[in-house]
Amino acid sequence: MRLRDNYRQAVKKFQPKPSYVANSLKAFFIGGGLSVVAEVLRAQFRMNMPSLTAEQAVLLLFISAAVVLTAIGVYDDFSQFAGAGSTVLITGFANSLASAALEHRSEGVVNGIAGQMFKVGGAALVYGIVAAYLFGLVHFMR
Amino acid sequence: MEYWSAFFVGGLICGGAQLLIDYKFSQIQVVIGLVLVGVVLGALGVYDWLVDIGGMGALLPMSGFGYWLIKGVIATTEQNVIAAGANVFRLVGVEIVAMIVLSFFTALICKPKG
Repeated sequence: MRLRDNYRQAVKKFQPKPSYVANSLKAFFIGGGLSVVAEVLRAQFRMNMPSLTAEQAVLLLFISAAVVLTAIGVYDDFSQFAGAGSTVLITGFANSLASAALEHRSEGVVNGIAGQMFKVGGAALVYGIVAAYLFGLVHFMR
Repeated sequence: MEYWSAFFVGGLICGGAQLLIDYKFSQIQVVIGLVLVGVVLGALGVYDWLVDIGGMGALLPMSGFGYWLIKGVIATTEQNVIAAGANVFRLVGVEIVAMIVLSFFTALICKPKG
């Protein structure tokens, strides 16, 4: 334990400091821009759909775009640039599933693609489902 | 006007998440944290208000995913334990199924780049 702390102290001088302001401004503008695009799409879809279906349709469009961009290899560069502006959105979740599946395709269809698909994204799904179920039960008992 | 509020809600969530990532946490931890925040705020009814203001700016981040998880359970007339298990996926099922199917076929067809 002490060894690890010493190592961290010694290494700290040589690590580049993250530029907090620039990174979060980039994430702010890119996340906000994508939100505006989604809002415009929702306004278009709302004209001939119920509002819940319109929201789901917009999210489906974003997911499809993220998976396609992952497949052609563009999403990684975009994600490097945007930081949390792309990983925190639903597109980042879709990208984590698609990239894990792509990465392990050489191991076969069953053990590779299907088995490793949720390697990264599964954690968020597990916590979300457990929390939602528990809070739902608490809500019923009230 | 609603576009500006969507911009600010979505942007503030992403900017705050980037600050947390730079500060200490890993990306997965931040995403899990956002989902949990969405679930808790959705259960308390705060997130409904945020969605009224921000529209897609509140639904597009992963907190919106958590909000739909809990909203599927709470906002129905079937308030029992058996239906709760099915209703967890009532709203987000569309997204999860689309992601799995699309990822499967892209992995079948394409080769990894880079």
